[in-house]
Amino acid sequence: MSTTTTSHHDAHGHDDHGHPTGLMRWVKSTNHKDIGTMYLWFSFTMFLFAGALAMLIRLELFQPGLQFVRPEVFNQLTTLHGLIMIFGAIMPAFVGFANWQVPLMIGAPDMAFPRLNNMSFWLLIPAAILLLASFFVPGGAAAGGWTMYPPLSVQGGMSIDMSIFALHILGVSSIVGSINIITTIFNMRAPGMTLMKMPMFVWTWLITAYLLIAAMPVLAGALTMLITDRHFGTHFFNAAGGGDPVLFQHVFWFFGHPEVYIMILPAFGILSTIIPTFARKPLFGYASMVYATAAIAVLSFVVWAHHMFTTGMPVAGQLFFMYSTMLISVPTGVKVFNWLATMWKGSMTFETPMLFAVAVVFLFTIGGFSGLVCAILPVDIQLQDTYYVVAHFHYVLFSGAAMSIMGGVYYWIPKWTGHMYDETLGKWHFWLTTIAFNVTFFPMHFTGLAGMPRRIPDYSQQFAEFNMISSLGAFALGLSQLLFLYVVIKCIRGGAKATNQVWEGAHGLEWTVPSPAPFHTFETPPLVK
Amino acid sequence: MNKKAIFFISMMLLMATGNAQAAYELNLHAPVTEIARQIYDLHMLIVYVCLGILVIVFGVMFYSIYAHRKSVGHQAAQFHEHHVLEIIWTIIPAVILIAMAVPATKTILAMKDTTAADMTVKVIGHQWKWEYDYVDQNVHFISNLSTTQDQIDGKSEKGENYLLEVDNPMVVPVGKKIRVLLTAEDVIHSWSVPSFGVKQDAIPGFIKETWFRADKEGTYRGQCSELCGKAHGFMPIVVEAVSDEKYAAWIEAKNAEAAKGDAGADKEWTKEDLVANGKTVYEKNCAVCHQANGAGLPPAFPAMTGSKIALGAIWGADGKYAKDSHVDRLLNGKGVMPAWKAQLNDVEIASVITYERQALGNAATVDPIVQPAQIKAAR
Repeated sequence: MSTTTTSHHDAHGHDDHGHPTGLMRWVKSTNHKDIGTMYLWFSFTMFLFAGALAMLIRLELFQPGLQFVRPEVFNQLTTLHGLIMIFGAIMPAFVGFANWQVPLMIGAPDMAFPRLNNMSFWLLIPAAILLLASFFVPGGAAAGGWTMYPPLSVQGGMSIDMSIFALHILGVSSIVGSINIITTIFNMRAPGMTLMKMPMFVWTWLITAYLLIAAMPVLAGALTMLITDRHFGTHFFNAAGGGDPVLFQHVFWFFGHPEVYIMILPAFGILSTIIPTFARKPLFGYASMVYATAAIAVLSFVVWAHHMFTTGMPVAGQLFFMYSTMLISVPTGVKVFNWLATMWKGSMTFETPMLFAVAVVFLFTIGGFSGLVCAILPVDIQLQDTYYVVAHFHYVLFSGAAMSIMGGVYYWIPKWTGHMYDETLGKWHFWLTTIAFNVTFFPMHFTGLAGMPRRIPDYSQQFAEFNMISSLGAFALGLSQLLFLYVVIKCIRGGAKATNQVWEGAHGLEWTVPSPAPFHTFETPPLVK
Repeated sequence: MNKKAIFFISMMLLMATGNAQAAYELNLHAPVTEIARQIYDLHMLIVYVCLGILVIVFGVMFYSIYAHRKSVGHQAAQFHEHHVLEIIWTIIPAVILIAMAVPATKTILAMKDTTAADMTVKVIGHQWKWEYDYVDQNVHFISNLSTTQDQIDGKSEKGENYLLEVDNPMVVPVGKKIRVLLTAEDVIHSWSVPSFGVKQDAIPGFIKETWFRADKEGTYRGQCSELCGKAHGFMPIVVEAVSDEKYAAWIEAKNAEAAKGDAGADKEWTKEDLVANGKTVYEKNCAVCHQANGAGLPPAFPAMTGSKIALGAIWGADGKYAKDSHVDRLLNGKGVMPAWKAQLNDVEIASVITYERQALGNAATVDPIVQPAQIKAAR
């Protein structure tokens, strides 16, 4: 009797203390849901800011000639747009999803290390401040591109150092977050949930977390060598002292290519969750999906030099990296086929999350095909550093990663807020985003094929028409995201009451708890059969 | 979604028809070398294969979206595995990839073969211009963007080859195998001529090589293809492929030009002539950083106006130029400032120094002018 009372009292007591309020609720939060919410808002803020930088880029490129920004400022805009979108918007958004959904999906009461979780979020703030403040130091923000190739990045001012420190901090945050996610997944699954019964989203995040732990220290190494070259007289990347500028590229892309998959694997996880729900049919080829994800992750470490085909590698190196890169399209193809087979003979409805998911499958595949075109080395010689590459990576990063995130937000926001979002406005947001995205980025395939280099503030007149189309599309794409903000805020403030299950075809532990999900869930582990 | 697919397919078909290229540039440049032709064909092959796969795979998806909807009363099946199917759709893409890899490999091997070249040209990337050195012909020159700043700023009409024109193009004989050796002085640049199917990074401290054989006379244009700082978009590459006779005449003219430049070093120049000549040199080489009015872009690029170096003494007690003096900085450079020793001749260096000391708001009283003969002696 006494034991039962004690344990009951403990649980109850825990709940009583579990409702901090005011600012300190957020600053000191150890709650995976609150931290997840903060990650998502941080990411959205950065998304809008880096999007505003992109608007300035497209404004300058609206027509030939220099009208609005000087070339040195233009380079700052492209550099910070890339850095902030990758490290400030896409990556934290996925960590936000992991925080919210991983414990709910595996039936855990919280993350394994709640205080580390708090730390990994709050590390983002000084990093963001360093990046944003670098616009205001003498010489302006970093202007050597997000890839920061030396010797160009050895030339820049203190803003380069600020960006390097920001990335170091973000790296620590990512590693800490990944350790937390891996530990949570391995140790806190509900009884009965074997690894091969885990939801696909959890699987993709598990693999992503390993990629992060393997890749981020490599970036830290490259950046540390860069900073010692800049200030302490080392010559890692300076040929005059026995170093090699291309060494940086090798080390950077050894991080950079897994990074690409860090930004897309969780998106695959979101798609693999949304599509079965709205097809009302189980995910096709669960096991092969797991194996394909793992195969992509392993291959991602042996393809890095395809970013460097024009550096003049020996022919053996060129051939190896071409073949390994082409090979990646096999497991990626398997994933696409599995999604299609999941839709096949389903009973589909097309609410906003499903619209996003279907569009992502289609547009990501276009990005995959342009990736395959770039993988063919002789063709890449023509396309390297042109707008074709810009088109390619926006098809995988915007219509792959960012639109999956949007779909994921529509899918889970009823669980987060307890309200249904406005379906009409959601659909408007979807169509505006999808159309504007294609108007912006599809013409870039053509400007790239015709030879327009990326990262230039001004261009010859043959590219004028397509650039104007791209700019108009970009302005529409940017404005459409304000509608997204409005839909999200409207949903937080009110709307139709969401049921526990929310979606007719939804399966999984997160749909067994009330909507909104209470502050503490699964204090008693559920049993998975 | 259907509309988007139709749009995509029609754009792709448009790309395949040559006559659409007149209004909108839709495809790779018309190839004029064997390698560029192979690349062009390889690209078209891959585009058609991808397009075929796209139509089949997404044909299935759109059919499914049309037929397997809840609103038309379709009941969900519950299958979730089919091993044969899964093996098939792993193997078929692998086979297609191997079929693509074979021609690609052949082209790569051909691209890498720089042996048996008819001549060699050394190309050096600088922030922000290209330097060409015809090793065997003793011809050497700098190639700068020739589009005017007024065109860029919209103060005058943009020309036909806006941003794709230079003062000194690279000239090569048509039909000859030209081996290009590439390096850079400061940061990484990339030398690219799409019509030749050539793009090779120029990396400081390393020499990389590539080659081309143009089989049609003409002027071919490209741009620097690796971010190299603020004027990255303003350092085009222009190659003229000409007949053997025209090429020989060009070499002769270049040699005469160089001889004339050397001769100027021995005569005494007036201040006015030096300043006038220096203005041209300054605007071509220096204004990109230090600005045409001498205001610079601090802190990266210091102002000329009022500069201690431009107003201070040049010559030490021993008659040689002092360390960190105006001449020292021009000849040897420092940090971001390049060394101009090899790029400018004596007259040009003396002129630009005099211009910087006597114009741009400066009027140096110590060592007011510098003679080309002094530079010749100081080298």
